[in-house]
Amino acid sequence: MSNEQSTVLTVKDLSTHLGSEAKPVRALDAVSFEVRAGETLALLGESGCGKSMTALSIMRLLPAGGRIVAGNVILHDQSILDLTESQMRNIRGGRIGMIFQEPMTSLNPVMTIGEQILESVRLHDDTVNGSQQQKKRALQLLKDVGIPDIERRFKEYPHQLSGGMKQRVMIAIALAGNPEVLIADEPTTALDVTIQAQVLNLLKDLQKKKGMAILLITHDLGVVAETADRIAVMYAGQIIEQASVNDFFSAPKHPYSQKLFDSLPSRHKRHAALAMIEGQVPALTKQFMVCRFLDRCEKRITECETNMPPWQGEDKNGFRCLLEYKKSRKKKTAKVKQEQQQIAATQAVAEKLSLSGLKVHFPIHKGIFKRTVGHVKAVDGIDLQLKPGKTLALVGESGCGKTTAGKALLQLIKPTGGTVSYGEVQLNELTEKQMRGHRRDLQIIFQDPVSSMNPRMLVEDIIAEGLVAQKIVNSREERQKIVADLLDKVGLPAEAAQRYPHEFSGGQRQRICIARALAVNPQVIVCDEPTSALDVSVQAQILNLLKSLQESMGLSYLFITHDISVVSYLAHEVAVMYLGKVVEQGTIEEVLDNPMHPYTKSLLASVPVPDPKYQRTVVPLEGDLPSPANPPHGCYFHPRCPVARQQCHSNYPANRQVSDTHKVACIELQQ
Amino acid sequence: MPEMVFLWTDILIFLLVALVLAFINYARKRPHLSRPWKQVFSSRIGISTLIILLFYIAIGLLDSVHYRPDVNDEKNKGADMLSTLDYILSDLRLNHEKTYSAPLATHLYARENVESDTGVTTREFPRLKYGGAHLDDPEKDYYLDLFEKTVIGILLGIAAWVIIVMLMVSWLAVNSHLAFTELISHIRHRKTEIPWRTAFITLLVISVIAGILYNLSQYYHVLGTDKVGEDVLYQALKSIRTGLLIGTLTTLVMLPAAILLGIMAGYFKGWIDDVIQYTYTTLNSIPGVLLIAAAILMMQIYMSNHEADFTSVTERADLRLLFLCLILGVTSWTGLCRLLRAETFKLSELDYVQASRSFGVGNFTIIFKHILPNVVHIVLITVVLDFSGLVLAEAVLSYVNIGVDPSTNSWGNMINSARLEMAREPIVWWSLTASLIFMFTLVLAANLFSDVVRDAFDPRLRSQS
Repeated sequence: MSNEQSTVLTVKDLSTHLGSEAKPVRALDAVSFEVRAGETLALLGESGCGKSMTALSIMRLLPAGGRIVAGNVILHDQSILDLTESQMRNIRGGRIGMIFQEPMTSLNPVMTIGEQILESVRLHDDTVNGSQQQKKRALQLLKDVGIPDIERRFKEYPHQLSGGMKQRVMIAIALAGNPEVLIADEPTTALDVTIQAQVLNLLKDLQKKKGMAILLITHDLGVVAETADRIAVMYAGQIIEQASVNDFFSAPKHPYSQKLFDSLPSRHKRHAALAMIEGQVPALTKQFMVCRFLDRCEKRITECETNMPPWQGEDKNGFRCLLEYKKSRKKKTAKVKQEQQQIAATQAVAEKLSLSGLKVHFPIHKGIFKRTVGHVKAVDGIDLQLKPGKTLALVGESGCGKTTAGKALLQLIKPTGGTVSYGEVQLNELTEKQMRGHRRDLQIIFQDPVSSMNPRMLVEDIIAEGLVAQKIVNSREERQKIVADLLDKVGLPAEAAQRYPHEFSGGQRQRICIARALAVNPQVIVCDEPTSALDVSVQAQILNLLKSLQESMGLSYLFITHDISVVSYLAHEVAVMYLGKVVEQGTIEEVLDNPMHPYTKSLLASVPVPDPKYQRTVVPLEGDLPSPANPPHGCYFHPRCPVARQQCHSNYPANRQVSDTHKVACIELQQ
Repeated sequence: MPEMVFLWTDILIFLLVALVLAFINYARKRPHLSRPWKQVFSSRIGISTLIILLFYIAIGLLDSVHYRPDVNDEKNKGADMLSTLDYILSDLRLNHEKTYSAPLATHLYARENVESDTGVTTREFPRLKYGGAHLDDPEKDYYLDLFEKTVIGILLGIAAWVIIVMLMVSWLAVNSHLAFTELISHIRHRKTEIPWRTAFITLLVISVIAGILYNLSQYYHVLGTDKVGEDVLYQALKSIRTGLLIGTLTTLVMLPAAILLGIMAGYFKGWIDDVIQYTYTTLNSIPGVLLIAAAILMMQIYMSNHEADFTSVTERADLRLLFLCLILGVTSWTGLCRLLRAETFKLSELDYVQASRSFGVGNFTIIFKHILPNVVHIVLITVVLDFSGLVLAEAVLSYVNIGVDPSTNSWGNMINSARLEMAREPIVWWSLTASLIFMFTLVLAANLFSDVVRDAFDPRLRSQS
């Protein structure tokens, strides 16, 4: 790709305000960048920093009360902001296409996908006339985005398609107008890693073929490294750094960008705490007189308190900071807590909690009499052992049954078969009443910090709920004292007790949830994707907290996640789930360094690596996760398996012991 | 001191008032409940319709304090029970004409044989006993007198308004630590959080109308008289209590069933859900009117078989009213129950309910701590929305004679009697008009108010603001 490609989209000093005139939310503040043909510019930032608002401003699709107060958006030579609304309609979906984050809600559920693509073709593609031609074009688009069996899919409704397919259809719709610029707003955030890899590859291929400019909005450094050519980092409504991807990943210049890298969890940071960015993104309601990162910056100098940071360097390769960039960025050497590691290695401890042959089947009812016609085998016979003070990570794509397994372990869902034993007790044989006594030992932290707290209750009542239910405290004073201690433990001020959950940010809420779980002094905590709803910098705070709590209190975690980097940072052992079964488990080193099962290999290979020089060695997985109501015969994975052979169609492979701790279920290894 | 009497409906009404006061006290300390209400009060439509509703409620409450009058008093002849409203409106109640007379008329609406002083009998419209009786020569003085009385009425209204506003503003001034004049200028320029300006304008309109009605009714029958010569304004005012009772008591009756069953169905699922669902689907498929008719007829038969137990006419009418509320409640709880079941379904899968289960919290504690507070907004919205529907339902039911007792004053009964009046030549239109105006004002105010309440409590709209 030559650098002399023409500039397609120029955004100049764009400022957007939301809300009332008197008290505007300054969502964007003088944002400038340009995208050239055939180039991908990644707009990186945490939630609420104005990435999506930039996209909506470009499309002039701002929410009610939103207005562009300054700046310009230029498509080739045409200033978009001067166009009338009807001219703008031709631009949207025509010269500028857009893909949204949530493919489930972006398609109309009562129209076939064919009709939806045709609609866009009719509106925006003047080169084809007549319904036959248009249909041909729509089919061609479906083919372009790599959907198999296009004639049949054309007549299907969105619910018949998987998430990845729907996102492909969205891309086809966006491509219908032959856009010069494609705005992709977190196009893969709602998708699993293996599907994400497919969609990102598709976007790259399409760009190569059609030479469009892509504005990729994302929060994921890995995605940026895989797909983008240049990057613009946004913080609190402002672009704070622009660079080519190679430069950025080898040497980020702005303190915020540097911190972002440090807070990414990964293998080699295992034995140290992650770098955290303290505090939160400032509210955008005030007018900034100084650097907006000031309060959270560790490198600030006295001048920062008074001066606005200038833009240093060129337009396309510079950063906004008062400090000069010094090449000798001190590499953080991970302080390895060796002694502790050794203890862990030598001591073979008895397991605390073990699942054997755990099954959870949900019946499918049909007809007037609600007869059971089949079962969704969400969890289909898994064996896991949780050791005291250790973290077992349960990894897998969405829909593989990992959350169900976690809830069945806590007896929140009654298992259909198998046993859950905690110490001497068989939890699955207890009645609900008997179970109540054991509840204090087993706790859970949920993914969504918003829905996991009753919005009508004070934080104190939320945290104390377990204390009251387990009759741990008797007096109000005692209760208040314990709650204050817990809040202190998770790094929140004691005043937080008298406030309501909505007054806290996502990370703080997750801290409250952790405090609530800790209140009853549990031995085991099931962490159900506790950080996937959070930004990277906040994720680091929570991971650090979980880790230090484990060290000080000897907690065992069952860590349910799809994020391999979190696993490699936090877990001691890993179990990989596919369609209700564990296909491979072992210690972190065994599974991540020497994956044996083809699914584990592809899963690891699909994870985008935040390093642009990294080359993929394994082909990412094709196809989608089959339905757990009707799993394939034989090995569940064989339809997607690159090394499947004849035997795989007939029998589910037995577990093979590779080492004392490493178990793999694959025929390939059984010979 | 006359002997106080507590009718069944009186007791329930005051129970309801106590519940509302308790709820206000409860909500004041809880921001998730008090914030939407503040939004309701700071809406201009909200505050002005609320004032109109409060006016109706005040009349209804006055009419709910009953006592047994002194039988020896000439004024109380024939009445076994009176309310404070009856006492206040003694003039209206007692000034019976012979038969129909038009609003503000001085003469009867029907010709009669009148014997003059000279002994000649003529058929003419006789003068009314009370309406315009103070006029010597109605032909000459009528319009001037009417004008004069109206103006005095307006002045009275304004005077009352000024006094009320002064009292309220001084109370507000004390509360907000502002100077009296400063506060007035704030109110005039709409700078207050609650739109007092709108509130006071509404109050002005109400007090002027009340003033006119008050002053004119001293001398005339403002809305005419009915077939037996009873004042129509008095009837319409007495009907307010009936309308309010049906609108509110019915919901009070149905709420426990709807909330309990709805939440249980949604929370426990399984066979409990099936049973509850089948119950309300079955109940819903029986035509409501049929059920009501059957219940009222049964009630009547029971009463006529046990006449000894129901001696007082008023008590009997009251019991029938209560029974109507009950049966309306039985037929109307299904809608709310269904809504609550669906919402509970959703809530019971939320993480905080799961978290609480993982602490071993009991089912009923979860229902009361986590589910109930999170469905209160749905209950509130339904109650307010249902109110106007029920007031109208009473009118319809009384019209087809399965509503309240014929001796009870109600808008439905007034409309029912208007059926014959409209067939008369020349037609008697004022009973119908009066009941329509009173009912329309109440229902419109209630509807507008419920819109505001719904908007304030709707989480989807709330997130936008």
